[in-house]
Amino acid sequence: MGANHDDHHHAPDGRGRALRLGVGGPVGSGKTALVAALCRTLGPSLSLGVVTNDIYTTEDADFLRRAGVLDAERILAVETGCCPHTAIRDDIAANLDAVETLEHRFGPLDLVIVESGGDNLTATFSRGLADEQIFVLDVSGGDKVPRKGGPGVTTADLLVVNKTDLAPMVGADLGVMARDAAKVRGQRPVLFTSIRQDPTAATVADWVSERVMAWSHTHATPVS
Amino acid sequence: MNPALLLIADSRLPAGGHAHSGGVERAVASGAVHDVPSLSRFLRGRLHTAGALAAALTSAAALQASCTPISPAPDTTEAGTRDVTEAPPATEGGAEGGDDRESPWVRLDDEVDARTAAPAQREASRTQGRLLLRVARRVWPSSVLDELARTVPDPHHPIALGVAAHAAGATPEEAALAAAYHAISGPATAAVRLLGLDPVAVHALLAAFTPDLTAVAAQAHFAATSAYPAPHLAPRWEALPAYSAPALDLLAEQHAQAEIRLFVS
Amino acid sequence: MPSPPTGPTGSIALPEPAGGDVRTGERAGRGTADGGLGRRRAMRAHAAVATSLSVDGRTVVGRLASAPPLTLRQTGPYTVHLVSTAAGPLGGDRLALDVDVAPRTTLELGSVASTLVLPGEGESEMLITARVGAGATLRFTPEPTVLAAGCRHRLIVRLALEPDASVLWREEIVFGRYGEEPGRCHARFDATCAGRPLIRQEFTVGDPALDTSPAVFGAARCVGTTFLTATAKEALVADGVAVLPLAASGTLVSALAGDAVELRSRLKWGEKAASVDGDDCVAYGGRTGGPGIQ
Ligand SMILES: Nc1nc2c(ncn2[C@@H]2O[C@H](COP(=O)(O)OP(=O)(O)OP(=O)(O)O)[C@@H](O)[C@H]2O)c(=O)[nH]1
Ligand SMILES: [Mg+2]
Repeated sequence: MGANHDDHHHAPDGRGRALRLGVGGPVGSGKTALVAALCRTLGPSLSLGVVTNDIYTTEDADFLRRAGVLDAERILAVETGCCPHTAIRDDIAANLDAVETLEHRFGPLDLVIVESGGDNLTATFSRGLADEQIFVLDVSGGDKVPRKGGPGVTTADLLVVNKTDLAPMVGADLGVMARDAAKVRGQRPVLFTSIRQDPTAATVADWVSERVMAWSHTHATPVS
Repeated sequence: MNPALLLIADSRLPAGGHAHSGGVERAVASGAVHDVPSLSRFLRGRLHTAGALAAALTSAAALQASCTPISPAPDTTEAGTRDVTEAPPATEGGAEGGDDRESPWVRLDDEVDARTAAPAQREASRTQGRLLLRVARRVWPSSVLDELARTVPDPHHPIALGVAAHAAGATPEEAALAAAYHAISGPATAAVRLLGLDPVAVHALLAAFTPDLTAVAAQAHFAATSAYPAPHLAPRWEALPAYSAPALDLLAEQHAQAEIRLFVS
Repeated sequence: MPSPPTGPTGSIALPEPAGGDVRTGERAGRGTADGGLGRRRAMRAHAAVATSLSVDGRTVVGRLASAPPLTLRQTGPYTVHLVSTAAGPLGGDRLALDVDVAPRTTLELGSVASTLVLPGEGESEMLITARVGAGATLRFTPEPTVLAAGCRHRLIVRLALEPDASVLWREEIVFGRYGEEPGRCHARFDATCAGRPLIRQEFTVGDPALDTSPAVFGAARCVGTTFLTATAKEALVADGVAVLPLAASGTLVSALAGDAVELRSRLKWGEKAASVDGDDCVAYGGRTGGPGIQ
């Protein structure tokens, strides 16, 4: 490690570095499954890095490494001391360190994905850590969740409602979820996925690659 | 007291401290720490060993920093803004600017290494030091912090803390006090989270330690001063304290090898 | 309950209570040490041992300067034992031992019995200064230091190595005799190689508020360390013992135990793991588990 001489984050406009994408949401909603899907789909065309914030040791990182969707060394795990939301919102130092370590080792990267530890509806990423964030819900929590709002649901750049394959089983009405989400989110997009049925998460991957494209246009490496 | 000390000692300083338990997580797992009285014994032991050591080394770093004149970093139109194009070129281990092995920062860092027998503790100290240095360079830009980052990119935590405190305008003894407090406040918070202890009872415990904190900081600073007899004389490195705590070493290595853990250390 | 401290070969020989009279030169009856364990004045003693290289390349113990109570006896071609010829050290004693191992020579230094530190007037001090030359070998494995109730002791070790020196340095401290609260002891250990620090450590025994802290000694009644110049490949930890590869080079084996026998076996396990692991990992069968763990 030791990225102190490489303080890209000091550049407030983020010039010359990868897009940092936060993936947050409640426990078990499918964040890791989505990250794996994004690596699978975008890996061939983009240079990627992943940081996981596990609650216990390195479970998510190990899952991703085993899944073989990305070189194992491009996946770093951050321990969060019982406070997953602190690590992505209030004290982002360890996550920034991990992101910059990846950029230092494998850069230039196009995209670094930071998966938060499973938390509750109030957890969001600091803008100092993530340029864009996806909030992942699943239908099994019931179709009332978007109505409850919370910063994740309301302000995330993309809301993903996952596990639509389970909707009939839990009696969740996707139409209601879409309507409630639109009410609190205004123009911000919402996508419904079943990573079980589409392991490429094609719609989300499209959204992400479009964001990466936009980022690289406005934040191209300065010629020095 | 310099008000900057409040910022430096605040557990909300975003420098990654919240993810370190200072051995408490493993002590809780083993049952050695299980309630407020056993936490109190743990913290007392920690304060007078690892805490006293950290305080002395922090004070030493602050003293050493005060031999280097402070000048604000050139490009600080607005705190923390620095165009990456103007940043000095990235150097591996500082290739330029003479022999960095002779840099007093490298030597002080070696001295911390020699006083930290457990590899897991060295790693935890360097991780926290690196994160603190990163934060401090943005919050209190100064040439001495830049110099430290150049010669020792991931310094031990006491070094980063001492230099950060100096850059913020605190005295070496105040820096020692911050180090002593850091040695018990993080573990105390971790114990609250791990054991569901009454946070007020734990804060009462911390309050009861305040005379010890003052004493530890004063002694640590005294020891550090005797290691730096005068600015023009070479430091007497062996005069710096070297307190160790065998149980903390064992806990640190057990933690590093644990299958399941919540905290980095 | 911890069993009484004993050496690895059975019981440790505690110095005879009448030992104070054995000393020549400085016997006198001022001050009472340990309630009748003998009366004598505080002593200053400076002993030394040095090796040299013979023309045919063998080690010669060239200098052996005893100073009661530090009496040195050569017990093998390159083996020397400390023979305690008096009780103590007692409070007020200042003892020093110089060890000089010339380049490419070997010295093994042990003691025939444990050292029982007794109270007296003021603080006692044992200062060991050792220089180990390039390519030389030193094994320092004395019997434990036992801190009797009421003692106040300082144990200072300064070890200066030249490159390629090979050292094993063991230190064991027992917190009082059986069922006894220990006196105070402050131990400091510094090892440098070519002027750069390898390990610097100090600790204090005998402050009840700190000794039993789960961060310091916990329930242990003995603490021990072995410093080795061999560098273990990785950190190891077992019940009450850790093998700690140092940052520069070398290894510290650090152990806590209920009694001296357990302490010795933990340290020896760590020493073996450190040296074998560092030199040839394959030769060492078991890395998992530890002393007392099947
Ligand atoms: N039925 C169904 N199961 C899914 C879907 N996506 C993920 N899962 C399963 O849901 C479980 C949790 O998925 P993860 O990806 O680990 O969820 P997570 O949000 O990363 O969980 P934490 O990191 O523990 O908060 C796993 O068993 C996945 O296989 C989906 O679309 N449909
Ligand atoms: Mg996950």
